[in-house]
Amino acid sequence: MSDTPLAAVVAPPPHDRPLPEAVRLLARRHRPRSYEAIPWLVAIAGYFAFPDYLQLGAQVFIAILFALATDLILGYGGVITLGQAAFFGSGAYVCGIVSAHGWTEPLTLVVIGAAAAALVGLVSGFVVLRTSGLTQLMLTLIVAVMLGEAANKATSVTGGANGLQGMVISPILGIFDFDLYGQTAYIYCLVLLFLGWLAVRIIVYSPFGRTLTGIRESEARMHAIGSPVFRRRLTAYVISAALCGVAGALLAETTSLVALDALSFERSGAVVIMLIIGGLGRLYGAFLGVPIYMILQDRFAQADPTYWYFWIGIFLLAIVLFARGGILGLIERAARLVRK
Amino acid sequence: MSDIAAALETRGLERSFGALRVTRHVDFRLEPGARHALIGPNGAGKTTFINLVTGALTPSAGTILLGGADVTALAQEQRVKRGLGRTFQINTLFRGLSVLENVCLSIGEHRGLAGGLFRPAGSHRDVLLAAYALLERLRLADDASRLVRELPYGRQRLVEIAVALGLEPTVLLLDEPAAGVPSAESGIIVDVIESLPADLALLIIEHDMDLVFRLARRITVLDQGAILVEGTPQEIAADSRVREVYLGERGGR
Ligand SMILES: Nc1ncnc2c1ncn2[C@@H]1O[C@H](COP(=O)(O)OP(=O)(O)O)[C@@H](O)[C@H]1O
Ligand SMILES: [Mg+2]
Repeated sequence: MSDTPLAAVVAPPPHDRPLPEAVRLLARRHRPRSYEAIPWLVAIAGYFAFPDYLQLGAQVFIAILFALATDLILGYGGVITLGQAAFFGSGAYVCGIVSAHGWTEPLTLVVIGAAAAALVGLVSGFVVLRTSGLTQLMLTLIVAVMLGEAANKATSVTGGANGLQGMVISPILGIFDFDLYGQTAYIYCLVLLFLGWLAVRIIVYSPFGRTLTGIRESEARMHAIGSPVFRRRLTAYVISAALCGVAGALLAETTSLVALDALSFERSGAVVIMLIIGGLGRLYGAFLGVPIYMILQDRFAQADPTYWYFWIGIFLLAIVLFARGGILGLIERAARLVRK
Repeated sequence: MSDIAAALETRGLERSFGALRVTRHVDFRLEPGARHALIGPNGAGKTTFINLVTGALTPSAGTILLGGADVTALAQEQRVKRGLGRTFQINTLFRGLSVLENVCLSIGEHRGLAGGLFRPAGSHRDVLLAAYALLERLRLADDASRLVRELPYGRQRLVEIAVALGLEPTVLLLDEPAAGVPSAESGIIVDVIESLPADLALLIIEHDMDLVFRLARRITVLDQGAILVEGTPQEIAADSRVREVYLGERGGR
């Protein structure tokens, strides 16, 4: 080996030779793939195919956005959380409360809900992210439980167990009123889901997003290469919280109602189960996991109204044991087999 | 200047785990451009010393200076920004990522690009090319696209070094870089270490005495957390106390 100084080695080589294959692969990774159009085509087709189910469709989009936001912190950031409802609920309640007090413009309400959730994320993240493992899990849970209890007690502001009353939402952009059939809600939620997905996609492929993956893979090494690990995690936590808040605000706007279940443990738990089913840290896990969970819940609840959750649990166990990486993980493995 | 600042210096460094004093009043100097080995029996506190220097562990007492500046209160990442790089005795890599991306992460961090939220990481062509050039130099280019966890152990040890070199450190701490590598494969690792820039200050922990005598111009012996003796390889080889605590015990390794 020669005595070239390190600086010369790390400097880029002359530009006249073709890019090495490995470099080209990484340089191309963030480009859009054709399969990424599938969920959006399905959603557009669904609008025309199921005109009677548009309200339900809007709720599915909201759940997907919530799961997508959660994936950023759980799947990519590696933060173990059972308290994402804290952000969802904060977004929903603040949006609802502001609307009930007379500010009814839906887009600004979404921004307000997102900001409120981001603030909750910032404050709680400061504590939660200093811990790890079981402590971290319990802290995320406690934050959500505390907010739920606060919402339950502050009846004059939140309506308590009766839910928040008196929300008024103006037409979107002053034109599109929320209709009974859910046409407006469907398109509105789809557009915001798309924007949220775009944001998450850009973040995941950005240098910042790659460092999140790095932290998940080896926190010790990230420290050793000079990464401000806590700051990176907190940033991701706040972004995730804000997007959860958007989902919560959308729920408030499309149903004109906010109830305590927006902050419930069931919501925090279900979103994690949805992601595990679909595939964690995979950008599209949310798109698969949410519908599958909802269909399963529906089927199981019909077959066994008392113990449907037990069957969900059995299904989850099967996924964890036989299909690590969820449904998407299975698809990835199948695709690799086909290519070989 | 008669007294140039040491690249790395510790004064009265102490660390205990409960009642166990793992680092005992260590006064240590690493000169600029040094090729310095830290040896000692298993459990002597060598890895702990590195963790104290990098900031992965907090000392119970004492001072750490980098280039003459007190960094004892600084976080790990701030010490890295001041040129401190390290490798791990037990592979500590991004196992689920490709070899190339492992190095890209450290180069991106070193160049201050890693906080970027909007541009795709893949569009930083210069980072990718720099990472690839580094892999070529370490003869890792053929494995650039493979996941780290799919590599044989010896190759992973090389990635350990590559990730640290991506930081262009001025002080490099290597914790048993050839540990667990069959001697047939450790040649590349020795080549790489020998070709490090002359102005880089290198501290290497190593059990293989042939390797130590080949690479080091200065040796410090650590025993039960304290410096037993420091000197040239000849002085250390001739020292009877060293034979007693260390060279005599080599059988197991
Ligand atoms: N986190 C820790 N907690 C308790 N004891 C530790 C810890 N890390 C190291 N030790 C103890 O400190 C001593 C020195 O360890 P180490 O620095 O790894 O030695 P070496 O690298 O020289 O083999 C050992 O006895 C080890 O068991
Ligand atoms: Mg050690």
